[in-house]
Amino acid sequence: MITFMNNSDSEEEPCNERTSLMSAESPPVPSYQDGLQASEAGEAQAHRKRRTGSSRGPNNITGGEMSGSGVPVRESALENEEEELTLKYGAKHVIMLFVPVTLCMIVVVATIKSVRFYTEKNGQLIYTPFSEDTPSVGQRLLNSVLNTIIMISVIIVMTVFLVLLYKYRCYKFIHGWLILSSLMLLFLFTYIYLGEVLKTYNVAMDYPTLFIVIWNFGAVGMICIHWKGPLQLQQAYLIMISALMALVFIKYLPEWSAWVILGAISIYDLMAVLCPKGPLRMLVETAQERNEPIFPALIYSSAMMWTVGMAKPDTAARGSSQQTWDAAEDGREHLQSPSHVESQMSETRSPVPTRPVTSLEELEEEERGVKLGLGDFIFYSVLVGKAAATASGDWNTTLACFVAILIGLCLTLLLLAVFKKALPALPISITFGLIFYFSTDNLVRPFMDTLASHQLYI
Amino acid sequence: PAFGLFLFTIARDPLRIIILIAGAFFWLVSLLLSSLIWFIAVKASDPQDERLQKGLLIFGVMFSVLLQEAFRFLYYKLLRKAIEGLVALSEDGCSPISIQQMAYVAGVGFGLMSGAFSMINLLADALGPGTVGIHGDSQLYFLTSAFMTMVLIFLHTFWGILFFHGCEHRRWWEIAAVVIMHLTVSGSSFCNPLYVGSLVPSYLLMAAAAAWAYLLSGGSAQNLRRFLLCKW
Repeated sequence: MITFMNNSDSEEEPCNERTSLMSAESPPVPSYQDGLQASEAGEAQAHRKRRTGSSRGPNNITGGEMSGSGVPVRESALENEEEELTLKYGAKHVIMLFVPVTLCMIVVVATIKSVRFYTEKNGQLIYTPFSEDTPSVGQRLLNSVLNTIIMISVIIVMTVFLVLLYKYRCYKFIHGWLILSSLMLLFLFTYIYLGEVLKTYNVAMDYPTLFIVIWNFGAVGMICIHWKGPLQLQQAYLIMISALMALVFIKYLPEWSAWVILGAISIYDLMAVLCPKGPLRMLVETAQERNEPIFPALIYSSAMMWTVGMAKPDTAARGSSQQTWDAAEDGREHLQSPSHVESQMSETRSPVPTRPVTSLEELEEEERGVKLGLGDFIFYSVLVGKAAATASGDWNTTLACFVAILIGLCLTLLLLAVFKKALPALPISITFGLIFYFSTDNLVRPFMDTLASHQLYI
Repeated sequence: PAFGLFLFTIARDPLRIIILIAGAFFWLVSLLLSSLIWFIAVKASDPQDERLQKGLLIFGVMFSVLLQEAFRFLYYKLLRKAIEGLVALSEDGCSPISIQQMAYVAGVGFGLMSGAFSMINLLADALGPGTVGIHGDSQLYFLTSAFMTMVLIFLHTFWGILFFHGCEHRRWWEIAAVVIMHLTVSGSSFCNPLYVGSLVPSYLLMAAAAAWAYLLSGGSAQNLRRFLLCKW
């Protein structure tokens, strides 16, 4: 059984910097930025030292997608000043998020364009049991909707499970789960990815070398993500993990299902974060109560945290994408007959990707990071990657989707600064991306093609 | 060259990057709407009629130009509001970015997006086998496309500056001049593949627009001379 938990509940709770400044003892109010944000802040406050290693583990939220949206919650203590600072640093934060999202997308698009493995259809995940090779349109639509329902329910179940675990303080379990997931991700998928890339470029590599390379890569990755490490290296690892996950999604989701799933995920994100009973919101609130950072492992943090009196790298940024996959080995699929039915996939546990959470550094006004859940990274990359893979307008469509997603991210961050609450990062960007994808593919492409063939310029 | 412009002048300041991306977005939306109109027109008409198709295409191009300028205006309005917000929130009462810088960045954003859309598919095809113009078309296709795209990107940048300046000082003739120039350049591209007809006027117009924008931004012949002399 392949259980694909791709939901990273990345709820970011931005910590209130102000509050921390005001009263060091008071728990920072976490604000969610696209996932987990506040956890960082809270962490920064009191638990910085302690939380380095252990809090990471349990924080990795696997399962359910966490709508990454975090709006930094700012205490109204010095609201005006905060606002100024927010907006002053606002542009900087946006750029700090632009860069990793862009990098992730570039990696995904480059791989899709060059390595043909990821666009071949070699079966589907067990999460999407209905095939899309049916003769009629209605049947196909029905199948994709059913696939989506199954996927979303899996995500919901996983998210609720994770929240329950967190509520009952089963930290060890979560910790172990996350470690297992990231282990699978780092080693297995990197192996497959490397194999495919080498195949494409016809480069031979012997097994011992391969083993050493992958071992080093995986070991450093595990350490970086779950423990301490230079911030940039950690960010790089998170980006690579997100890209790998996105590639797996692109390969194994059938066409229409992928688009419907993207739409459904953003709706789910919206609801899960904003509704009072939503699992993500409960997660954030629980973490706030306990004054703990939320699952740093599932979050991408873009800044270093400077505590008063001590300079410390932002450990909160350790959120790695926790994806629990119960997906089977992809490798085995190739050997089987390419039937359209789901191939037997061994279950791999993939941790739920966490969205990077941007944490606001309160204490000093130095670097304020923004946290974004890793799941957000993954779904943005899935959108752009699918556009690159399947659109006939090729680069135009990809470029259009890219710009749309960036603008959506901008708007989300703007709303974050206005509302100062955790916000879902997915809906706006994905909506823009979907609109632009479909319209560019169907409307703009014929126009541009005709223009180009006559060499007219507008 | 456009990418160099980007690197040297825009990549430093995050606010400018945002304005750039937003500018690209606005251009994209205008393109979307204009292609929607064209698409509807094509579907509603007879696909067999060659002349009608060509006429529709021309109509589509003109309409798109007008839409682009309309969106530039909308973007200007948005940026005005944003500047007021920024001024209100900044500490010392003046905005971190001036309207002229915004005009420049917006122009570059428009230009980059339009250039990208014009060139990217060509570039991707250019990686393939080297068969240019094998069906009797001009062999200079790629070269001329590259030059044309570059001139268009620069033109967009200058038009951005001129347009915003015109809106600032309420000189309607400046805005009208920009629109007319845009129409002329697009129209001149109808002469393709008679490249003389399109490239030369475009470059002349670009030189004129460059000089005009430079003067508007406060430069003068003296500044230019001093700049060049220092370098020697």
